[in-house]
Amino acid sequence: MASFYGTELTSPLMLGTALYPSPAIMAEAFKASGAGVATVSLRRESGADRAGQDFWSLVSDFGVPVLPNTAGCHTVKEAVTTAQMAREVFGTPWIKLEVIGHTDTLQPDVFGLVEAAKILTEDGFEVFPYTTEDLIVAERLLHAGCKVLMPWGAPIGSGLGLNNLHGLRTMRAQFPDVPMVIDAGIGLPSHAAQAMEMGFDAVLLNTAVAKAGDPVAMARAFGLAVEAGQAAYDADPMEPRDMASPSTPLIGKAFLE
Amino acid sequence: MLFGLTMQFSIIGAGVAGLCVATEMMARGAKVELVDNAATPGPHACSWWAGGMLAPWCERESAEEPVLRLGQESFGWWSSHVPVTRAGTLVIALDRDKRELDRFARRTEGFQTLDGSGVEALEPDLAGRFDRALYFKDEAHLSPRDALQRLSDQLAAKGVTVGNAGTPDVDVIDCRGLSARDDLKDLRGVKGEMLIIRCPDVTLSRPVRLLHPRIPLYIVPRGDGVYMLGATMIESGERSRITARSLLEMLSAAYALHPAFAEAEVLEIGVDARPAFPDNLPRIRRNGKTTWVNGLFRHGFLLAPAMARMTADFLLEGKKPEVMDENHS
Repeated sequence: MASFYGTELTSPLMLGTALYPSPAIMAEAFKASGAGVATVSLRRESGADRAGQDFWSLVSDFGVPVLPNTAGCHTVKEAVTTAQMAREVFGTPWIKLEVIGHTDTLQPDVFGLVEAAKILTEDGFEVFPYTTEDLIVAERLLHAGCKVLMPWGAPIGSGLGLNNLHGLRTMRAQFPDVPMVIDAGIGLPSHAAQAMEMGFDAVLLNTAVAKAGDPVAMARAFGLAVEAGQAAYDADPMEPRDMASPSTPLIGKAFLE
Repeated sequence: MLFGLTMQFSIIGAGVAGLCVATEMMARGAKVELVDNAATPGPHACSWWAGGMLAPWCERESAEEPVLRLGQESFGWWSSHVPVTRAGTLVIALDRDKRELDRFARRTEGFQTLDGSGVEALEPDLAGRFDRALYFKDEAHLSPRDALQRLSDQLAAKGVTVGNAGTPDVDVIDCRGLSARDDLKDLRGVKGEMLIIRCPDVTLSRPVRLLHPRIPLYIVPRGDGVYMLGATMIESGERSRITARSLLEMLSAAYALHPAFAEAEVLEIGVDARPAFPDNLPRIRRNGKTTWVNGLFRHGFLLAPAMARMTADFLLEGKKPEVMDENHS
């Protein structure tokens, strides 16, 4: 399993902590999923006087690394301030960096992203940048000091799965040694399995579990899916081909019709 | 009831939980006193800022089963003490969020699906704006501040006034909400922000819920063109300060519901934190001579009657409440 800034995960599933019916259900979902990372969005207002401390303590109790994020930040300055606050609150250099460029699609502002990544890396952060499948942006992020890339599957919360398979495949091939996480747009366990089968190192999701009718059962399904996808990738899948290929050899059969 | 004496209780906290418990205990023959820093209901209690919706079927979308079942006790209880409007709840979504309506329908029961003319028949001002809605006809709403004041007045009429300190050595029922965090370590605050606006241009007769993946809004008519808009749900114990973002989101949602809300006058901005346990379900706990009634979360008016009934069942008849758990304090 790939390591992220020197940390090996117990599972390639990164699960978010927002939108659950209750913290108790969230805790059960985490247990059922076996997730290796808990992502937490920090509202600046909650960080101010640690007013969100009760909730964060619940998350810390899961016993997996916490990946705070800068969800909902629209500017470099906002994202950097939120990251600094998150480092103080959670005591980790990890930060999932989101700089949102567009309110409706929640598409990342890749220019702001690269700029913020540079500032944060120089400040000692270990940045997980939420980006698109654009190769040049990926290169710039690596130059800025990121050692992980997090391309989107589809827009945040859309549940559409992997929208640009070719783009993601190319990105995976282009940076074979960079740990890569598919972040956002995952709606079903099959999407997560597909990402793992393609050789991505982890998947990050939240809404698909939290907003399911039974979040705990869905969490378990995602845990199984990433395990299956990872195992399939490790097993070196067959090459697809255009023509049929009989699994029983033709030669040697008694009669040919 | 030893030696024929009436049992006596000191109830701390005169928000919706304390007032309902006091009313119920009195009605069942106990002697009660109320202890609160403020003599009358007011903004210090988070129930002052409540929506006042008695909506167990709608709440079931995200709440556990007891909320649906226990919440149904609220209709009869409140109706016998304060004015209650039983006009149902209308649940709608904007075109782009139509699927939220399907999701809501899958998670709930007790509704009928309306088309555009059905919406118009119930709420003429929404005519032509929504071609599909869920109508939860058995739900109700009340005016929280009026209800708190009436309970308080009814208790005062029976000689129960609110004092600063309780009689020593009397059994205590602690209904302090989030202030009881000193005793109940697993209690947390969930911040809510709300607005009260006046908009005589729009007439709505029942609570309307506008579904949205990020910012679900409800709007509750208070009469005379006054509406309550609510409410955010933020994992934070902060009890003051509204952010521009929350304000903007609530007002945008209201505007999307009906553009005439753009002309509304903002009368009040309210912020407080709801007391909640990790599963967002309420609890009755007992330790020594103190019984805690807490964790009503966003269901203060909905669940207080059932909590009051179970508290009385427990303290006066020895019946263990289903919401009682081991004391974690």
